[in-house]
Amino acid sequence: MIRTIRAEEITENIKEMCIEANHILSKDMEEVFLQSEEKEKSALGKQILCQLKENLDIAREDLIPICQDTGMAVIFLKIGQDVHIEGAGLSDAVNQGVREGYTEGYLRKSVVEPIERINTKDNTPAIIHYEIVPGDQIDITVAPKGFGSENMSRIFMLKPADGLDGVKESILTAVKDAGPNACPPMVVGVGIGGTFEKCAQMAKHALTRDLNEEPSIPYVRELEKEMLEKVNKLGIGPGGLGGTVTALAVNIETYPTHIAGLPVAVNICCHVNRHAHRII
Amino acid sequence: MEYHINAPVSKEDAQKLKAGDYVYLTGTIYTARDAAHKRMKETLDKKENLPFDIKGNVIYYMGPSPAREGRPIGSAGPTTASRMDRYTPQLLDLGLGAMIGKGKRSKEVIDAIIKNQSVYFAAVGGAGALLSKCIVSSNVIAYEDLGTEAIRCLEIKDFPVIVVIDSEGNNLYETALTQYREE
Repeated sequence: MIRTIRAEEITENIKEMCIEANHILSKDMEEVFLQSEEKEKSALGKQILCQLKENLDIAREDLIPICQDTGMAVIFLKIGQDVHIEGAGLSDAVNQGVREGYTEGYLRKSVVEPIERINTKDNTPAIIHYEIVPGDQIDITVAPKGFGSENMSRIFMLKPADGLDGVKESILTAVKDAGPNACPPMVVGVGIGGTFEKCAQMAKHALTRDLNEEPSIPYVRELEKEMLEKVNKLGIGPGGLGGTVTALAVNIETYPTHIAGLPVAVNICCHVNRHAHRII
Repeated sequence: MEYHINAPVSKEDAQKLKAGDYVYLTGTIYTARDAAHKRMKETLDKKENLPFDIKGNVIYYMGPSPAREGRPIGSAGPTTASRMDRYTPQLLDLGLGAMIGKGKRSKEVIDAIIKNQSVYFAAVGGAGALLSKCIVSSNVIAYEDLGTEAIRCLEIKDFPVIVVIDSEGNNLYETALTQYREE
Protein backbone atom coordinates (compact mmCIF):
# COMPACT_ATOMS: atom_id res chain seq x y z
CA MET A 1 0.00 0.00 0.00
CA ILE A 2 1.23 3.46 -0.89
CA ARG A 3 0.91 6.06 1.86
CA THR A 4 0.71 9.70 0.86
CA ILE A 5 2.45 12.34 2.98
CA ARG A 6 2.06 16.00 2.15
CA ALA A 7 5.25 18.04 1.72
CA GLU A 8 3.79 20.72 4.02
CA GLU A 9 3.69 18.19 6.85
CA ILE A 10 7.41 17.57 6.41
CA THR A 11 8.11 21.32 6.36
CA GLU A 12 6.11 21.86 9.55
CA ASN A 13 7.90 19.04 11.39
CA ILE A 14 11.37 20.20 10.31
CA LYS A 15 10.55 23.75 11.43
CA GLU A 16 9.44 22.62 14.88
CA MET A 17 12.39 20.28 15.23
CA CYS A 18 14.95 23.02 14.41
CA ILE A 19 13.49 25.15 17.20
CA GLU A 20 13.15 22.26 19.64
CA ALA A 21 16.70 20.94 19.11
CA ASN A 22 18.24 24.36 19.71
CA HIS A 23 16.44 24.94 23.02
CA ILE A 24 16.04 21.54 24.63
CA LEU A 25 18.73 18.88 24.85
CA SER A 26 17.48 15.29 24.53
CA LYS A 27 16.87 13.37 27.77
CA ASP A 28 19.80 11.00 27.29
CA MET A 29 22.21 13.95 26.94
CA GLU A 30 20.82 15.60 30.09
CA GLU A 31 21.21 12.37 32.05
CA VAL A 32 24.86 12.04 31.02
CA PHE A 33 25.40 15.66 32.06
CA LEU A 34 24.07 15.00 35.56
CA GLN A 35 26.26 11.92 35.94
CA SER A 36 29.33 13.81 34.74
CA GLU A 37 29.24 16.26 37.65
CA GLU A 38 29.90 13.39 40.08
CA LYS A 39 32.75 12.06 37.95
CA GLU A 40 34.61 15.39 37.66
CA LYS A 41 37.55 15.72 40.08
CA SER A 42 38.53 19.32 39.34
CA ALA A 43 36.70 21.99 41.37
CA LEU A 44 36.75 24.43 38.42
CA GLY A 45 35.58 21.61 36.15
CA LYS A 46 32.65 20.90 38.47
CA GLN A 47 31.80 24.60 38.52
CA ILE A 48 31.75 24.71 34.70
CA LEU A 49 29.55 21.60 34.46
CA CYS A 50 27.22 23.24 36.96
CA GLN A 51 27.07 26.40 34.80
CA LEU A 52 26.36 24.31 31.72
CA LYS A 53 23.50 22.59 33.54
CA GLU A 54 22.13 26.00 34.56
CA ASN A 55 22.54 27.12 30.94
CA LEU A 56 20.30 24.23 29.80
CA ASP A 57 17.61 25.25 32.32
CA ILE A 58 17.69 28.91 31.20
CA ALA A 59 17.54 27.89 27.53
CA ARG A 60 14.48 25.73 28.08
CA GLU A 61 12.61 28.09 30.39
CA ASP A 62 13.40 31.47 28.77
CA LEU A 63 13.53 30.21 25.17
CA ILE A 64 17.10 31.37 24.54
CA PRO A 65 19.12 29.00 22.31
CA ILE A 66 21.45 26.76 24.36
CA CYS A 67 24.36 28.06 22.27
CA GLN A 68 24.49 31.13 20.01
CA ASP A 69 25.94 28.90 17.29
CA THR A 70 22.64 27.31 16.34
CA GLY A 71 24.53 25.39 13.72
CA MET A 72 24.18 24.27 10.18
CA ALA A 73 21.07 22.09 9.97
CA VAL A 74 22.08 18.48 9.36
CA ILE A 75 19.08 16.30 8.59
CA PHE A 76 18.87 12.52 8.29
CA LEU A 77 15.79 11.26 6.46
CA LYS A 78 14.90 7.59 6.33
CA ILE A 79 12.12 7.34 3.81
CA GLY A 80 9.90 4.28 3.65
CA GLN A 81 9.76 2.99 0.08
CA ASP A 82 5.95 2.86 0.27
CA VAL A 83 5.69 6.61 0.88
CA HIS A 84 4.49 8.97 -1.82
CA ILE A 85 5.26 12.65 -1.18
CA GLU A 86 2.67 15.05 -2.54
CA GLY A 87 3.28 18.74 -3.21
CA ALA A 88 6.66 20.48 -3.20
CA GLY A 89 9.92 18.69 -3.97
CA LEU A 90 11.24 16.91 -0.87
CA SER A 91 14.50 18.90 -0.60
CA ASP A 92 12.58 22.14 -1.04
CA ALA A 93 10.12 21.09 1.67
CA VAL A 94 13.00 20.33 4.06
CA ASN A 95 14.80 23.60 3.33
CA GLN A 96 11.54 25.51 3.77
CA GLY A 97 11.24 23.95 7.25
CA VAL A 98 14.79 25.07 8.08
CA ARG A 99 14.06 28.56 6.74
CA GLU A 100 10.90 28.94 8.84
CA GLY A 101 12.42 27.34 11.94
CA TYR A 102 15.53 29.53 11.96
CA THR A 103 13.54 32.70 11.24
CA GLU A 104 10.54 32.20 13.54
CA GLY A 105 12.66 30.57 16.28
CA TYR A 106 15.14 33.49 16.59
CA LEU A 107 18.00 31.18 15.63
CA ARG A 108 21.27 32.46 14.19
CA LYS A 109 21.70 32.31 10.44
CA SER A 110 25.24 31.04 10.04
CA VAL A 111 25.37 29.76 6.45
CA VAL A 112 27.53 31.55 3.86
CA GLU A 113 28.83 30.96 0.34
CA PRO A 114 32.28 29.43 1.01
CA ILE A 115 34.56 31.88 -0.81
CA GLU A 116 32.57 35.08 -1.16
CA ARG A 117 31.25 34.60 2.41
CA ILE A 118 27.83 36.02 1.56
CA ASN A 119 25.21 34.96 4.10
CA THR A 120 22.16 33.16 2.69
CA LYS A 121 20.21 34.90 5.50
CA ASP A 122 17.91 31.98 6.32
CA ASN A 123 20.38 29.23 7.30
CA THR A 124 19.66 27.22 4.15
CA PRO A 125 20.68 25.07 2.46
CA ALA A 126 20.54 22.25 4.99
CA ILE A 127 22.79 19.21 4.74
CA ILE A 128 20.36 16.40 3.95
CA HIS A 129 21.21 12.70 4.09
CA TYR A 130 18.58 10.47 2.45
CA GLU A 131 18.16 6.77 2.98
CA ILE A 132 15.45 4.60 1.44
CA VAL A 133 14.17 1.92 3.83
CA PRO A 134 11.26 -0.56 3.86
CA GLY A 135 7.92 0.67 5.23
CA ASP A 136 5.50 3.58 4.86
CA GLN A 137 6.90 6.12 7.33
CA ILE A 138 9.49 8.89 7.30
CA ASP A 139 12.03 8.88 10.13
CA ILE A 140 13.48 12.39 10.65
CA THR A 141 16.49 13.42 12.70
CA VAL A 142 17.39 17.10 12.87
CA ALA A 143 20.89 17.67 14.25
CA PRO A 144 22.04 21.33 14.17
CA LYS A 145 25.85 21.24 14.14
CA GLY A 146 28.04 24.00 15.54
CA PHE A 147 31.37 24.68 13.87
CA GLY A 148 33.63 25.20 16.89
CA SER A 149 33.70 21.43 17.17
CA GLU A 150 33.10 20.69 13.47
CA ASN A 151 36.36 22.50 12.65
CA MET A 152 38.26 20.09 14.91
CA SER A 153 36.97 16.96 13.14
CA ARG A 154 39.33 14.72 11.16
CA ILE A 155 39.58 11.92 8.62
CA PHE A 156 42.48 9.47 8.74
CA MET A 157 43.02 7.13 5.78
CA LEU A 158 44.89 4.40 7.70
CA LYS A 159 46.59 1.34 6.28
CA PRO A 160 45.17 -2.11 7.08
CA ALA A 161 48.40 -2.83 9.00
CA ASP A 162 47.61 0.07 11.37
CA GLY A 163 44.71 -2.04 12.70
CA LEU A 164 42.76 -1.38 15.87
CA ASP A 165 45.74 0.34 17.54
CA GLY A 166 45.85 2.83 14.67
CA VAL A 167 42.14 3.51 15.09
CA LYS A 168 42.57 4.20 18.82
CA GLU A 169 45.55 6.47 18.17
CA SER A 170 43.54 8.44 15.55
CA ILE A 171 40.66 9.05 17.96
CA LEU A 172 43.02 10.23 20.71
CA THR A 173 44.93 12.48 18.29
CA ALA A 174 41.71 14.17 17.12
CA VAL A 175 40.48 14.75 20.67
CA LYS A 176 43.88 16.01 21.89
CA ASP A 177 44.16 18.46 18.99
CA ALA A 178 40.59 19.64 19.52
CA GLY A 179 41.22 20.35 23.22
CA PRO A 180 39.51 23.52 24.47
CA ASN A 181 38.47 24.65 20.95
CA ALA A 182 35.71 22.05 20.69
CA CYS A 183 33.89 23.13 23.88
CA PRO A 184 34.51 20.04 26.00
CA PRO A 185 33.03 17.93 27.48
CA MET A 186 32.61 16.59 23.96
CA VAL A 187 30.68 13.80 22.33
CA VAL A 188 32.95 11.94 19.92
CA GLY A 189 31.39 10.40 16.81
CA VAL A 190 33.56 7.85 15.02
CA GLY A 191 33.18 6.12 11.67
CA ILE A 192 35.38 3.12 10.89
CA GLY A 193 35.49 1.60 7.39
CA GLY A 194 33.54 2.28 4.22
CA THR A 195 34.92 4.82 1.77
CA PHE A 196 36.14 8.39 2.39
CA GLU A 197 32.63 9.91 2.37
CA LYS A 198 30.79 6.96 3.95
CA CYS A 199 33.21 7.05 6.86
CA ALA A 200 32.62 10.76 7.53
CA GLN A 201 28.87 10.30 7.29
CA MET A 202 28.97 7.44 9.82
CA ALA A 203 30.92 9.64 12.24
CA LYS A 204 28.26 12.33 11.95
CA HIS A 205 25.39 9.84 12.27
CA ALA A 206 27.02 8.25 15.33
CA LEU A 207 26.53 11.56 17.17
CA THR A 208 22.75 11.23 16.85
CA ARG A 209 22.55 7.86 18.62
CA ASP A 210 20.56 7.71 21.86
CA LEU A 211 23.23 7.33 24.54
CA ASN A 212 21.19 4.62 26.27
CA GLU A 213 21.50 2.40 23.20
CA GLU A 214 24.54 0.20 22.70
CA PRO A 215 26.06 -0.94 19.40
CA SER A 216 25.23 -4.54 18.46
CA ILE A 217 28.80 -5.61 17.63
CA PRO A 218 30.63 -6.73 20.83
CA TYR A 219 34.07 -5.34 19.91
CA VAL A 220 32.55 -1.95 19.03
CA ARG A 221 30.82 -1.87 22.42
CA GLU A 222 34.12 -2.58 24.17
CA LEU A 223 35.99 -0.06 22.01
CA GLU A 224 33.53 2.70 22.92
CA LYS A 225 34.01 2.05 26.64
CA GLU A 226 37.80 1.83 26.35
CA MET A 227 38.06 5.03 24.29
CA LEU A 228 35.80 7.01 26.62
CA GLU A 229 38.06 6.00 29.50
CA LYS A 230 41.23 6.89 27.54
CA VAL A 231 39.83 10.25 26.38
CA ASN A 232 38.92 11.15 29.94
CA LYS A 233 42.49 10.46 31.03
CA LEU A 234 43.81 13.16 28.67
CA GLY A 235 43.18 15.78 31.37
CA ILE A 236 41.49 18.32 29.07
CA GLY A 237 38.34 18.58 31.20
CA PRO A 238 35.29 20.87 31.03
CA GLY A 239 36.02 24.02 29.04
CA GLY A 240 39.53 22.63 28.41
CA LEU A 241 40.55 24.03 31.81
CA GLY A 242 41.68 20.69 33.20
CA GLY A 243 39.71 17.78 34.60
CA THR A 244 38.55 14.23 34.33
CA VAL A 245 35.43 14.74 32.16
CA THR A 246 36.72 15.49 28.65
CA ALA A 247 34.02 13.51 26.83
CA LEU A 248 30.49 12.51 27.71
CA ALA A 249 30.38 9.68 25.19
CA VAL A 250 32.25 8.00 22.33
CA ASN A 251 29.83 6.62 19.70
CA ILE A 252 31.19 4.40 16.95
CA GLU A 253 29.71 3.08 13.70
CA THR A 254 31.42 0.60 11.38
CA TYR A 255 30.99 -0.56 7.78
CA PRO A 256 32.95 -3.00 5.59
CA THR A 257 35.80 -1.40 3.68
CA HIS A 258 38.26 -2.21 0.85
CA ILE A 259 41.12 -4.71 1.27
CA ALA A 260 43.59 -1.84 0.81
CA GLY A 261 42.18 0.59 3.38
CA LEU A 262 41.08 1.45 6.87
CA PRO A 263 39.37 4.87 6.93
CA VAL A 264 38.66 6.43 10.32
CA ALA A 265 36.61 9.61 10.70
CA VAL A 266 36.31 11.47 13.98
CA ASN A 267 33.47 13.99 14.12
CA ILE A 268 33.73 15.99 17.30
CA CYS A 269 30.67 17.56 18.86
CA CYS A 270 30.58 19.91 21.81
CA HIS A 271 28.49 19.21 24.92
CA VAL A 272 25.51 20.75 23.10
CA ASN A 273 24.99 17.57 21.09
CA ARG A 274 21.60 18.50 19.63
CA HIS A 275 19.28 16.13 17.89
CA ALA A 276 15.52 16.01 17.61
CA HIS A 277 13.87 12.84 16.33
CA ARG A 278 10.40 12.15 14.96
CA ILE A 279 8.64 9.52 12.90
CA ILE A 280 5.79 10.62 10.66
CA MET B 1 41.89 34.34 43.06
CA GLU B 2 38.53 35.89 42.33
CA TYR B 3 38.21 39.48 41.13
CA HIS B 4 35.52 41.96 40.13
CA ILE B 5 37.04 44.31 37.55
CA ASN B 6 35.86 47.00 35.16
CA ALA B 7 35.99 47.11 31.38
CA PRO B 8 37.79 48.81 29.64
CA VAL B 9 40.56 47.00 31.52
CA SER B 10 43.31 49.18 32.98
CA LYS B 11 46.94 48.17 32.54
CA GLU B 12 47.22 47.72 36.32
CA ASP B 13 44.27 45.33 36.38
CA ALA B 14 45.60 43.38 33.38
CA GLN B 15 48.98 42.98 35.07
CA LYS B 16 47.62 41.78 38.41
CA LEU B 17 45.57 38.97 36.82
CA LYS B 18 47.12 35.51 36.71
CA ALA B 19 46.20 32.45 34.63
CA GLY B 20 43.50 30.57 36.54
CA ASP B 21 41.93 33.64 38.19
CA TYR B 22 38.14 33.84 38.06
CA VAL B 23 36.96 37.30 37.04
CA TYR B 24 33.58 39.06 36.93
CA LEU B 25 33.72 41.84 34.32
CA THR B 26 31.46 44.89 34.43
CA GLY B 27 31.39 47.77 31.96
CA THR B 28 31.64 48.22 28.19
CA ILE B 29 33.08 45.71 25.71
CA TYR B 30 32.95 45.24 21.91
CA THR B 31 32.11 42.15 19.87
CA ALA B 32 34.04 41.18 16.74
CA ARG B 33 34.55 37.86 15.03
CA ASP B 34 35.93 36.60 11.69
CA ALA B 35 34.36 38.99 9.17
CA ALA B 36 34.70 42.09 11.42
CA HIS B 37 38.38 41.34 12.01
CA LYS B 38 38.97 41.01 8.28
CA ARG B 39 37.30 44.38 7.75
CA MET B 40 39.23 46.05 10.60
CA LYS B 41 42.46 44.81 8.98
CA GLU B 42 41.39 46.29 5.63
CA THR B 43 40.58 49.58 7.41
CA LEU B 44 44.03 49.70 8.99
CA ASP B 45 45.68 48.81 5.64
CA LYS B 46 43.98 51.89 4.17
CA LYS B 47 45.36 53.98 7.08
CA GLU B 48 41.82 54.72 8.26
CA ASN B 49 40.52 54.71 11.84
CA LEU B 50 38.95 51.65 13.47
CA PRO B 51 35.22 52.00 14.27
CA PHE B 52 35.99 52.22 18.01
CA ASP B 53 38.95 53.35 20.11
CA ILE B 54 40.83 50.13 20.70
CA LYS B 55 43.08 51.42 23.52
CA GLY B 56 42.36 49.48 26.71
CA ASN B 57 39.14 48.10 25.29
CA VAL B 58 38.02 44.49 25.37
CA ILE B 59 37.05 42.50 22.28
CA TYR B 60 34.60 39.63 22.81
CA TYR B 61 34.76 37.03 20.02
CA MET B 62 31.02 36.49 19.70
CA GLY B 63 28.17 36.54 17.19
CA PRO B 64 24.80 36.39 18.98
CA SER B 65 21.56 34.74 17.95
CA PRO B 66 18.73 37.26 17.30
CA ALA B 67 17.11 38.87 20.36
CA ARG B 68 13.48 38.11 21.17
CA GLU B 69 11.22 41.11 21.85
CA GLY B 70 12.07 42.86 25.09
CA ARG B 71 15.52 41.30 25.43
CA PRO B 72 18.85 43.04 24.75
CA ILE B 73 20.38 40.06 22.95
CA GLY B 74 19.88 36.39 22.10
CA SER B 75 22.23 33.57 23.05
CA ALA B 76 25.71 35.06 23.42
CA GLY B 77 28.59 32.70 24.19
CA PRO B 78 32.20 32.88 22.95
CA THR B 79 33.47 31.60 19.60
CA THR B 80 36.86 29.97 18.92
CA ALA B 81 39.56 32.63 19.31
CA SER B 82 42.27 31.01 17.17
CA ARG B 83 40.46 32.02 13.97
CA MET B 84 41.27 35.62 14.87
CA ASP B 85 44.97 34.89 15.59
CA ARG B 86 46.11 36.22 12.22
CA TYR B 87 44.71 39.68 13.04
CA THR B 88 45.30 39.84 16.80
CA PRO B 89 49.01 40.83 17.20
CA GLN B 90 48.42 44.03 15.20
CA LEU B 91 45.40 44.94 17.37
CA LEU B 92 47.39 44.24 20.54
CA ASP B 93 50.18 46.51 19.29
CA LEU B 94 47.54 49.22 18.83
CA GLY B 95 46.55 48.90 22.49
CA LEU B 96 43.80 46.24 22.66
CA GLY B 97 43.28 45.78 26.42
CA ALA B 98 41.93 42.25 26.62
CA MET B 99 40.14 39.53 24.68
CA ILE B 100 37.33 37.14 25.61
CA GLY B 101 36.93 33.93 23.63
CA LYS B 102 37.52 30.23 23.95
CA GLY B 103 40.27 27.88 22.85
CA LYS B 104 43.99 28.00 22.15
CA ARG B 105 46.00 30.99 20.84
CA SER B 106 49.05 31.00 18.57
CA LYS B 107 52.59 31.68 19.76
CA GLU B 108 52.51 35.03 17.93
CA VAL B 109 49.43 36.08 19.90
CA ILE B 110 50.92 34.95 23.23
CA ASP B 111 54.12 36.88 22.47
CA ALA B 112 52.05 39.98 21.64
CA ILE B 113 50.06 39.57 24.89
CA ILE B 114 53.32 39.62 26.86
CA LYS B 115 54.80 42.48 24.85
CA ASN B 116 51.72 44.66 25.35
CA GLN B 117 50.81 43.45 28.86
CA SER B 118 47.35 42.34 27.82
CA VAL B 119 45.24 39.37 28.92
CA TYR B 120 43.19 36.61 27.27
CA PHE B 121 40.04 35.47 29.05
CA ALA B 122 37.90 32.43 28.30
CA ALA B 123 34.17 32.44 28.80
CA VAL B 124 32.51 29.03 29.04
CA GLY B 125 31.86 27.79 25.51
CA GLY B 126 28.32 26.65 24.88
CA ALA B 127 26.83 28.60 27.78
CA GLY B 128 25.26 31.25 25.54
CA ALA B 129 21.90 31.39 27.32
CA LEU B 130 23.52 31.82 30.74
CA LEU B 131 26.02 34.44 29.52
CA SER B 132 23.27 36.45 27.79
CA LYS B 133 21.84 37.14 31.26
CA CYS B 134 24.98 39.19 32.08
CA ILE B 135 24.52 41.46 29.04
CA VAL B 136 22.51 44.57 29.89
CA SER B 137 22.44 46.23 26.47
CA SER B 138 23.70 45.66 22.93
CA ASN B 139 24.06 48.17 20.10
CA VAL B 140 25.49 47.63 16.63
CA ILE B 141 28.14 50.32 16.10
CA ALA B 142 29.73 49.23 12.81
CA TYR B 143 29.52 46.85 9.84
CA GLU B 144 25.77 46.37 10.25
CA ASP B 145 25.63 44.53 6.92
CA LEU B 146 27.57 41.67 8.51
CA GLY B 147 24.49 40.69 10.55
CA THR B 148 25.53 38.54 13.50
CA GLU B 149 29.17 39.40 12.69
CA ALA B 150 28.67 43.19 13.04
CA ILE B 151 30.60 45.04 15.75
CA ARG B 152 28.41 45.53 18.81
CA CYS B 153 28.98 47.63 21.89
CA LEU B 154 27.83 45.64 24.93
CA GLU B 155 27.16 46.78 28.48
CA ILE B 156 27.92 43.83 30.73
CA LYS B 157 27.42 43.20 34.44
CA ASP B 158 29.34 40.55 36.39
CA PHE B 159 30.15 38.67 33.21
CA PRO B 160 32.05 35.51 34.31
CA VAL B 161 35.41 34.77 32.65
CA ILE B 162 38.58 32.87 33.50
CA VAL B 163 42.10 34.16 32.87
CA VAL B 164 43.69 31.68 30.44
CA ILE B 165 46.76 33.61 29.23
CA ASP B 166 48.11 36.30 31.54
CA SER B 167 50.48 39.20 30.87
CA GLU B 168 53.48 36.97 31.70
CA GLY B 169 52.43 34.41 29.11
CA ASN B 170 51.28 31.73 31.59
CA ASN B 171 48.77 29.50 29.80
CA LEU B 172 46.08 27.74 31.84
CA TYR B 173 45.20 25.40 28.95
CA GLU B 174 48.69 23.90 29.21
CA THR B 175 49.17 23.86 32.97
CA ALA B 176 45.69 22.60 33.88
CA LEU B 177 45.93 19.72 31.45
CA THR B 178 49.05 18.23 33.03
CA GLN B 179 47.37 18.27 36.44
CA TYR B 180 44.71 15.74 35.46
CA ARG B 181 46.49 13.78 32.73
CA GLU B 182 46.97 10.04 33.41
CA GLU B 183 49.12 8.06 31.02
